Amino acid sequence: MSLSETDFDYVRTLVKERSAIVLEPSKTYLVDSRLTPIVRKLNLGSISDLVARMRSERFGEVHRTVIEAMTTNETSFFRDVHPFEAFRTKIVPELMAARASERALTIWCGACSSGQEPYTIAMLLRDSFPELGNWRVQILATDLSTEILDRAKRGVFSQLEVNRGLPAAMLVRHFTRQGLEWQVSEALRNMITFRELNLIEAWPGMPRVDVVFMRNVLIYFDIPTKKDILAKVRQLMRPDGYLFLGGAETTMNLDDAFERVQLDKTGCYRLREAAERRPGYATA
Amino acid sequence: MVRALVIDDSRALRSLMGRMLRDLGFEVVEACHGKDALERIREGAPPTIALVDWNMPEMNGLEFVRSLRQDDTFKDVLVMMVTTETEATQMVSALDAGANEYLMKPFTREALVEKLDLLSIEHA
Ligand SMILES: C[S@@+](CC[C@H](N)C(=O)[O-])C[C@H]1O[C@@H](n2cnc3c(N)ncnc32)[C@H](O)[C@@H]1O
Repeated sequence: MSLSETDFDYVRTLVKERSAIVLEPSKTYLVDSRLTPIVRKLNLGSISDLVARMRSERFGEVHRTVIEAMTTNETSFFRDVHPFEAFRTKIVPELMAARASERALTIWCGACSSGQEPYTIAMLLRDSFPELGNWRVQILATDLSTEILDRAKRGVFSQLEVNRGLPAAMLVRHFTRQGLEWQVSEALRNMITFRELNLIEAWPGMPRVDVVFMRNVLIYFDIPTKKDILAKVRQLMRPDGYLFLGGAETTMNLDDAFERVQLDKTGCYRLREAAERRPGYATA
Repeated sequence: MVRALVIDDSRALRSLMGRMLRDLGFEVVEACHGKDALERIREGAPPTIALVDWNMPEMNGLEFVRSLRQDDTFKDVLVMMVTTETEATQMVSALDAGANEYLMKPFTREALVEKLDLLSIEHA
């Protein structure tokens, strides 16, 4: 299917307004390949028809489906490994000492996609910190896409997905095989609260958080949107909390309140005063 | 250079994995079944890692891992099963026999790299 310039502009504006994702003109092929299945499903003749329909209707189901189709959900268990290693060996022990009297820990995945990231966190906590059994541990996992959140909640992964980055010992410990797929144990599913949250809208009902994973999502946004989101993250984070971004993302030149700290082989971010209070960390 | 031993009775798969590993900077030795591997592994320094298929003639992958683990010379060799066997019970028996990781066939280059990263961290 081929896409007219006005149709592309409509889709680009819709996606930008509702998700903040910026589609460059070079991405027309992406619009083409991702919207074609929706055109078929709705029994329409072309992407033009789909756009015409969206123009004629109030914002609703069809628009949502289109926006969700345009987002990239690529993810894997233990993605990039080192952030999770630092989380396990440094951050959790440190926060457990700091929170010993309140016995509560809140971790937020701000763009959790199909769930590999929050399940990785849940497995690490369960396997490495049995003491947390009698703490209030909340893993909050949010995403824009309701379709992907439904998948995440079910916790069913294909062989290809569990083959990627997941240690075999954890696979056999926490999953059961169902034909060609694998489902995460109920115990792990119960550790995570999945909820819809659009990062560019208000964030109602969000708790204060100790560790924020906001990885591989800012990269899709323009600079003002990145700044807005980081400012909101800063308000939710406990002063001694940690923020993880994706490998190609940074707070540098966006938000001076954050400072990059190097933990072994990974970089992460802390609020500046917190980092200054702890001279033990090398900053870079 | 870090040595890798690739054990698989399929020549095509051996050379595919061999190519991926050489691209990643490994020096690769190939063997076509467990017995062959037990001979080659004694030629030169022990490999850092062995990629082991399960179903092979002469000596299968599980038997290979068991006999490898009986010899103290090879206690530090990291073993990753690379196989079409995907039952959880099989994974458990491979891990119990002394395998460190498990990769299901078919796999992508990315999946292989990610598992190698895991091994290097877990056994740093
Ligand atoms: C590439 S995935 C990243 C998944 C995971 N954090 C990781 O690093 O592997 C990006 C996710 O961001 C979500 N996303 C995109 N725009 C969003 C927005 N405005 N609000 C919330 N989530 C959004 C997409 O639905 C997608 O699941």
